[in-house]
Amino acid sequence: MSNSEELERALARYVGAEIGPPAVGPDLVNAPMVRHWCEILGDANPVYTDPDVAARSVHGGLVAPPTMLQVWTMAGVALAGGGGPAADLQQELHALLSEHGYTSVVATNCEQVYDRYLRPDDRVTATTVIEAISPEKTTGLGTGRFIDTRTTYRDAKGERVAWMTFRVLKFKPAQPAQAASPAAAPAKPRRLRPLRSHDNDWWWQGVARGDLLIQRCAECGTLRHPPRPMCGACQSLRWDSVAASGRGVVYSHVVMHHPPIPGYGFPLAVALVELEEGTRIVSNVVGCAPDAVRIGMPVQLEMQDVDEELRLPLFRPVSGAAEEAR
Amino acid sequence: MTRTLRDAAAIAGIGQTEFSKSSGRSELQLACEAVKSALDDAGLSPRDVDGMTTFTLDTTDEIEVARAVGIGDLRFFSRTPHGGGAAIGVMHQAAMAVATGSAEVVVVYRALNGRSGQRYSQGVASDVVTSDLIHWSWYLPYGLLTPASWVAMFTQRYLHETGTTSEDLARVAISTRRHAVNNPNAFFHGRPLTMDEHQSSRMIVAPLHLYDCCQETDGGCACIVTTPERARDLRRGGVLIRAVAQAAGAEQEVMTSFYRPSLTRVPEMEVVAKQVYAMSGLGPRDLDAAVIYDAFTPIVLWQLEAFGLCKWGEAKDFVRDGGLDLGGRLPANTHGGQLSEAYIHGMNGVNEGVRLVRGTSLNQPARNDHVLVTAGVGVPTSAMILGKM
Repeated sequence: MSNSEELERALARYVGAEIGPPAVGPDLVNAPMVRHWCEILGDANPVYTDPDVAARSVHGGLVAPPTMLQVWTMAGVALAGGGGPAADLQQELHALLSEHGYTSVVATNCEQVYDRYLRPDDRVTATTVIEAISPEKTTGLGTGRFIDTRTTYRDAKGERVAWMTFRVLKFKPAQPAQAASPAAAPAKPRRLRPLRSHDNDWWWQGVARGDLLIQRCAECGTLRHPPRPMCGACQSLRWDSVAASGRGVVYSHVVMHHPPIPGYGFPLAVALVELEEGTRIVSNVVGCAPDAVRIGMPVQLEMQDVDEELRLPLFRPVSGAAEEAR
Repeated sequence: MTRTLRDAAAIAGIGQTEFSKSSGRSELQLACEAVKSALDDAGLSPRDVDGMTTFTLDTTDEIEVARAVGIGDLRFFSRTPHGGGAAIGVMHQAAMAVATGSAEVVVVYRALNGRSGQRYSQGVASDVVTSDLIHWSWYLPYGLLTPASWVAMFTQRYLHETGTTSEDLARVAISTRRHAVNNPNAFFHGRPLTMDEHQSSRMIVAPLHLYDCCQETDGGCACIVTTPERARDLRRGGVLIRAVAQAAGAEQEVMTSFYRPSLTRVPEMEVVAKQVYAMSGLGPRDLDAAVIYDAFTPIVLWQLEAFGLCKWGEAKDFVRDGGLDLGGRLPANTHGGQLSEAYIHGMNGVNEGVRLVRGTSLNQPARNDHVLVTAGVGVPTSAMILGKM
């Protein structure tokens, strides 16, 4: 018997099953929770929060917003926390699918039908049945299975007050590698990227190759930085570039303290470096304490990959310069 | 003979909202309140307005303000770019409009939730997708992202070349604070600043301390520009715009002109100074008081030099001698400036300039025939000289 047949068989056992004993709302329907919910969602209907208005309304008293239905029985932090042993059949089913590579989940549909308004002091109980598990389907998100559940909500007398169908897709992400890629990882903030355009892309390509380039007018030889399309001295549109030696001195500098900007590491030394070719460039000084940078300090270019995608021309004091400056 | 803007326009009314850290209302509403208050000051009705101008950075369209305030047909509207550099650029626009007959009554306004809304101190973010993002891209990857950091780069070099010290910067802050102490509209009303407090305040971007930086403020300011003839018949009369000019310098960048031969001069402000002096026929010695754009303390020193109030490198001596204080050579920022009253992008300074000429400043100097008002530093900028009708 193949692995997939085995899975089909295992899945079939869940269809039609109640996921566990009825979920009993830990709190009675109550005014404070209603008020918080209305505030957060911006629902200003006074029949939910103002007893006087509610008393004069068709309801004859306060009622809960119908769409608050799930609030009364849903496990809160416990559900979000996860990790522990499966508390019911639904969690067990999800764990089983995860083991078979359907590691991700997304909610796709939800329908609710209300029999009556809930009122303060109603005790809500929910029973959930797994109605269907689809064969494998391929979607934009990845390949997976739709799981349909139907939940019936009852009051203390056992009378139905509402029911809900809920569908999720439990799937194998289309690009499993994505989770590890920097774009998907919310993890570490990174430096802001320079925007590339026709006028500066060649310069950043030079950096990628390890060269610090200086734009040079092909007519009059004037060097210029930052790059621009026309020579301000002779108006020529013809240009080429030269690789800088990487030697320079600090012309001015600052130390960034506040506000802290994620991705850079504060305090941060930023310097205006005058290259020996005569142009200036803004960069960071590395390899010494930020407050040890001084005007006139000799520095040397150091190409650094500051993250997986960004290489920057940075500068380091030539040996001894930082100590001398002190 | 070339026609100039000399004495071609007058300010007939000023208005403002309260200044706060959280206005609790929209920038549109702040603009409306400021405009209405300026119209009331001038004794004009919204229907008298036929021109409007503001900053490109203002989030509120002139037609939004016009509709809300009940202003009717407009014959002139325009926007001035480059942040605080626009502070007098808008006055230049208004003066040109009334001088050419393009409009007769121009509303100038600026309103921002600078603290509770978008905060300029937070700097350039990658989500600011504009045409000048290429420009910022030379600084973004290295973390040089905030107005304080750009000004600090010039400051470090200026201190190095001139022997000016952090204490000299503090003297600028202390002077404006002294004025704010008497101004109930000022954030620092009743709260003087000591040298120790300045020096022990935290570093924002070395060498700039917290109290070298202006505030972030919610508020709005407006003024009414019209012809001198029309102003003469109005409730408050007029304050004459003796001269007004804009300039961008060679090799200009917005806040990061790091590639010029010198980092310790402000060429665009020198061009502005030359123009306003030539246009008005006045010189530095004729100035009685000033509102000097003070987003950061060092830029006040650079402007004293650019306007010829002292020689290059000697602004430190000017402030050591109490030159900015009441009774000093040039009483300046008598409202408390943007360091100590509020940061409304220089427009609260325009209102103070008008009060100085009217003689109604809360820190009124004895002489007030000619008052200089300047705009942002490090950007294409502007200035004007105000005088009596």
